[in-house]
Amino acid sequence: MALIQLANVTKRYPHANMAAVTDVSFSVERGKVLALLGPSGSGKTTLLRLIAGFESPDSGTVLLGGLNMNVPGKVVPTENRKVGMVFQDGGLFPHLTVHQNIAFGLHSLGKLERDKKVSEMLHLVSLSRFGTTYPHELSGGQQQRVALARALAPNPIVLLLDEPFSSLDPDMRTRMREEVHTILRGVGITAILVTHDHEEAFAMADQVAVLNSGRLEQLDTPEMVYHLPQTPFVADFVGSADFIKGEIKSDGAIHTEIGCFQNQQNRDQGADIVVMVRPDDVHLVPDLDGSATIISKQFRGSENLYEISLASGQIVHSSENSLAVYTVGTKVRIELTATHTVVFREDTLTNVLA
Amino acid sequence: MRRLIPLVTDAPLYLVVSITAAPLLVILFSWWTPVDDIFIHLFKTGLSEVMINTMWLLLGVGIGTTVLGVSLAWFTTTFDFPGRSFFDWALVLPLAIPTYVLAFVSLSLFDRTGPIQQFLWEQGSGVILPPIRSTGGIIWVMTLALYPYVYLFARNGFQTQGVRANEVARSLGKHPMVTLFKITLPMSRPMIISGLMLVLMETLSDFGAVSIFNYDTFTTTIYKAWFSLFSLNAAAKFSSFLVLLVFCLVFLEEAARRRRRYTPADKPPAPVVRTALTGIPRIGVAIYCIIILLFAFIIPVVELFNKASMGFDSFRGGRSAFDLRYLGLLNRSILLATMAALLTTGLGLLLVYSERISAQLAADAPLKTSLLVRFATLGYALPGTILAVGGIMLVTFIDHRLTNGLGITGSLMTGTISAMMLGYLSRFIVLSYNSINVAMVRITPHISEAARSLGATPLRIMRKIQIPLVRGGIFSGALLVFVDVMKEMPITLMTRPFGWDTLAVQIFQFTSEGSWEQAALPSLTLVFLGLIPVILLTRPTRFRH
Repeated sequence: MALIQLANVTKRYPHANMAAVTDVSFSVERGKVLALLGPSGSGKTTLLRLIAGFESPDSGTVLLGGLNMNVPGKVVPTENRKVGMVFQDGGLFPHLTVHQNIAFGLHSLGKLERDKKVSEMLHLVSLSRFGTTYPHELSGGQQQRVALARALAPNPIVLLLDEPFSSLDPDMRTRMREEVHTILRGVGITAILVTHDHEEAFAMADQVAVLNSGRLEQLDTPEMVYHLPQTPFVADFVGSADFIKGEIKSDGAIHTEIGCFQNQQNRDQGADIVVMVRPDDVHLVPDLDGSATIISKQFRGSENLYEISLASGQIVHSSENSLAVYTVGTKVRIELTATHTVVFREDTLTNVLA
Repeated sequence: MRRLIPLVTDAPLYLVVSITAAPLLVILFSWWTPVDDIFIHLFKTGLSEVMINTMWLLLGVGIGTTVLGVSLAWFTTTFDFPGRSFFDWALVLPLAIPTYVLAFVSLSLFDRTGPIQQFLWEQGSGVILPPIRSTGGIIWVMTLALYPYVYLFARNGFQTQGVRANEVARSLGKHPMVTLFKITLPMSRPMIISGLMLVLMETLSDFGAVSIFNYDTFTTTIYKAWFSLFSLNAAAKFSSFLVLLVFCLVFLEEAARRRRRYTPADKPPAPVVRTALTGIPRIGVAIYCIIILLFAFIIPVVELFNKASMGFDSFRGGRSAFDLRYLGLLNRSILLATMAALLTTGLGLLLVYSERISAQLAADAPLKTSLLVRFATLGYALPGTILAVGGIMLVTFIDHRLTNGLGITGSLMTGTISAMMLGYLSRFIVLSYNSINVAMVRITPHISEAARSLGATPLRIMRKIQIPLVRGGIFSGALLVFVDVMKEMPITLMTRPFGWDTLAVQIFQFTSEGSWEQAALPSLTLVFLGLIPVILLTRPTRFRH
């Protein structure tokens, strides 16, 4: 049975024009990490707050460990839900030391046990020397590790992380992401991570739920979300993508300017469709007779990203090994290496490209 | 039901407003009663002179404090010279001396019979100082007493925004003088104006200094209408002119506040690199700072010590009586200040909490809540004389209603300290409100939510998180009110029941009789108390976010 289960949850804040969350359902298995991914205002933090119990759903149910949290008249308050929370700004208590912060949730234990647990947690997050330090004396990354230790100390049934790395510097963010990932796996805790960064979601989660304007667009493994996005929004949000006009011919294949694709989703002949291609699916070969031209090049360290203009004026991107260097203006032809074909109806595209 | 909710939740807010804003409303409502002869007399004979006097005072003190405050702040933030780090904080010290104390000390020092003129005369130098008892004299005294407000705001402005832009301008090859007028001053203008507005409000409010100098302003006229001409009603009507002036200043202050820009708080300000001065400017700037500090703080304090010891000597015979009298006054001052501090803290807490609750519940009407809070704390801008008149009128009115209603003779509240407390509350609630609010703001929603997710009940959150975090704010707010009530003169003087003299009232009485020696010891006491908020003001905060 799933440890956390949301069914048809809708939440509208008073005085807001739009519902923050509309008809969202998902579940998380014990020991798994789910990422709620979406742009700001997509409802991901609201979902987290509904699970934590800071908000109540207008309709739908939230089940934690199989128990309905929002039986009318008997809403389980946050303090009884056994959820651990890590906020963007840490939410550390400024007047308590690191030790006292971590001990805060352990008030039911005796002093000896409590101290033992605190030093265990300090060791877990590699901050053993900082027990007597005050939060404001720590760096941002250290503060987040204290927040993590504090949330994990009372053995919560689920850990909720609300954009925990977004206030850190970029290089620090990557390091913290790895450290936290290791700690979560080591403890084996069930966790829900809210983020707007798809790389973070991919690196940390077993499952990714992509949200857009309060609706769940797709819930899948990171690989599936990336390679087989179900909507143009997901395709565009989880990585760069180009959408190329295609036509389904009588041979059953999809014909586009850069080649033929298999009609894997069995679309009807004659529909106005586009094919999604990612830069890593597009390979370019210099060809004096090629109809496409390189119009710009961006060096990205491990790769070069080329922008290519096709004969029709359509732009596609190609990422090439950084050793393959071509000058702007080179005539090229396109080769495709995609294994999946992702096709959308052309009219569903407008809100992505706008 | 939905309509009732805001009424219930806003009830504490309305309660606080109705207490603290009542004296002001009473003043405005005094126009419902007919005009009496005394008001007409004052209006015809006094108003124009009072207006002219007030305008000169505002103009002189405004220019004086701006020049002093801005120049001193510019020197201490941009340059390095001998004693810079000392002057940096020492130049705030004059805030510890009540304006009326500086006024009588300056008068006793510089008057024709004072030690300085005597010395010049004995030397036969032929130098004759301009008379101190003059418009220029009162402007000089109030400038020295009030410039620290402009200094503090300007310094803050220069430190947070000026320095980085300053360096850019310097790197583009601009001379420091050019930078001052082209970059530093324009960028800090809203901050400087805020400081100036505080100075002007204090100038309008001042009663002690102007009465020691016999310089007629609105406050002294209000006092005269009531205590010499015995018309409380005329005093109230006359007060409303001053209210009008004050509101103009409040409006200007609001405008300046809205234009204040802050640098993002998450990055500490860039380390300041000051230009080391050399040659004559290096000595000149140091001398300038020391001269201001001498006249505004050091000489007055030395003179007070001097006078206080003379006071002891002249009382050698009846020393115990003198000590007893002083201790009695001190006791009463402390008692009043403690009561006022407790009351304002209680009401301040109520205001802060009810503001938060009503802002949470009535998310659609944040304007109403902030207006109510603004109204509740408006008393800080109102001169004590006005609050005294309003307070007494209100208490008398309620008393009449009560005794009539209960069918008893005599009075319940008249002759008690209720009007006094009302005045203190009205004037000083902003101090406790602000310090509690600043502390509350540190408790971000995430802090409370984190505590709840860790299994803490609302009670435990209040005990372990909220109270410890707000305690400092509550305490420093209470301390500020305590010190300000100790120093307060007009409200106490005008509303005190028989037997409730305080140190400040005693200073007023001694100085109006010219017994400066006897005013020295109470004054010294107030100066030392006044040092407490100055230290609080310049001390760095403990928790940073």
